[in-house]
Amino acid sequence: MLIKTQGNGFNHPVASEITDRAHYEGRRDILKLMATGAAGGVMASWASRQALAQTAGLVQRPGKLPALNAKPSMVAGATTMEKPTAYKDASSYNNFYEFGTDKADPAANAHTLKTSPWTVGIEGLVKKPGKLGLEDLLKLSAMEERLYRLRCVEGWSMVIPWVGYSLADLIRHVEPLGNAKYVEFVTLADPKTMPFVGSRVLDWPYVEALRLDEAMHPLTLLAFGMYGEILPNQNGAPVRLVVPWKYGFKSGKSIVKIRFTDKQPATAWNKAAANEYGFYSNVNPNVDHPRWSQATERRIGEDGLFAKKRKTLMFNGYEAQVGQLYAGMDLKKLF
Amino acid sequence: MRVVLNQRLSSKFAKPLAFVLALLPFVWLVTAAALDWLGANPAEALERSTGDWTLRMLCVVLAITPVRTMAGLPALARFRRMAGLFVYFYAVLHLLAYSWFDMGFDLADIAKDIVKRPFILVGFTAIVLLTPLALTSFNRAIRALGGRRWQLLHRLVYVVAVLAVVHFFWMRAGKNNFAEVAVYAAILGSLLGWRVATAVRKKASQPSSLMRSQL
Repeated sequence: MLIKTQGNGFNHPVASEITDRAHYEGRRDILKLMATGAAGGVMASWASRQALAQTAGLVQRPGKLPALNAKPSMVAGATTMEKPTAYKDASSYNNFYEFGTDKADPAANAHTLKTSPWTVGIEGLVKKPGKLGLEDLLKLSAMEERLYRLRCVEGWSMVIPWVGYSLADLIRHVEPLGNAKYVEFVTLADPKTMPFVGSRVLDWPYVEALRLDEAMHPLTLLAFGMYGEILPNQNGAPVRLVVPWKYGFKSGKSIVKIRFTDKQPATAWNKAAANEYGFYSNVNPNVDHPRWSQATERRIGEDGLFAKKRKTLMFNGYEAQVGQLYAGMDLKKLF
Repeated sequence: MRVVLNQRLSSKFAKPLAFVLALLPFVWLVTAAALDWLGANPAEALERSTGDWTLRMLCVVLAITPVRTMAGLPALARFRRMAGLFVYFYAVLHLLAYSWFDMGFDLADIAKDIVKRPFILVGFTAIVLLTPLALTSFNRAIRALGGRRWQLLHRLVYVVAVLAVVHFFWMRAGKNNFAEVAVYAAILGSLLGWRVATAVRKKASQPSSLMRSQL
């Protein structure tokens, strides 16, 4: 029963529900902008995105976890017009092998994950190595909401409203050295809280990596939340990567180290089966997985049981934004 | 105890009861699909569970003879045909789920897929081999073929068991996740091993008796 007595004391608001001082003060700037009439264009696009957000349910919070407020992203290609996948599906159908290989395992087991305190080590070829606490990371850049397609290498897809900012903002902050060519993402491997770390499925910790120019692309997102709230543990809390034009496994979850290197790092799935999972692993309908076709995909929660699967798009539909990163490369060889 | 068990197995209710039990997984899957209880990816759930139930039925049907012999339960023989047909029933559902949910019944796509993916080819071969067994399961077919030839034909089920485990192994190989595969391989392996051991013992006892008669 929800009967409050004096014993409950004063109910503190959750920190994330308090309007950030910078935002609060920023309202004067908006008013000034409006007054000078310069806001026309900005406001028009803002208003249209707000309208989209409301009709598409982009900002509708499931109300399960603390809110993580964000503004709609202005990055080109960052907001698809597609319908977001139901939160229930996105938070119950996961690949996070540290908690088990079945899709339902992470949601069942990830409650043990301890996301606070959390630090991310910055290592390797950078001017400013060291450790960044989660609080610092959350403040490093303005939070944006982005609606991305997610294509799993297994042949299914979702549409997920992430909250975070471009990884490029962090990379610029730590200042990579001139000889840094790759960025490696090391994720948590804690056998005490992750029951399947130690199983022989993969080498632990799970390591992923990008070329530096891929990591710097504005669509590469350092995500802290989804559906307007902080990330559920099973989705990679408290901080993860989202690279929307690559197969989902490239987007490491629960990141503890970001390392800048001059050599291409060895990545988890590539080590496990090099002929099946390449370093790039860009979504590509023309390059099949050795054991199944990648030409089509099933959109979770949307394509009915008897619907034909939908066609998979080159670079998961982000070709206009990222195609030039791979100009001149043979994507059949460098898959 | 054994006498009572044989009596129970011979009762006229035993077979209908076994039929209902074997049908329960199917009833459950249809209900769960209709009520949206199969999670985020119902198509995948149906494909996998029909495959699981095919393997389980295969274990059941291959366990009948060893259990019948070792436990002295001749009444079990009555259930063998029905169990075999349930293997085929779940295998057909498995093939239907794949053809429908994954391939949209596009025959050209299915043909391409069978050639392209070895584990699909293995699974498909298994169900092709099962088909003549299902078609010759009624009494007239046994009489028409003659007991010896019928039995020879129906030994194909051993090949099917091996193919089914290979199919499952290959499917799970992507995730290096062989725990469940190992369980089925161990069960089916020991059931086939029992048959080999029995056949070897039979063969070994025959020549020795021959020698004794010559002495």
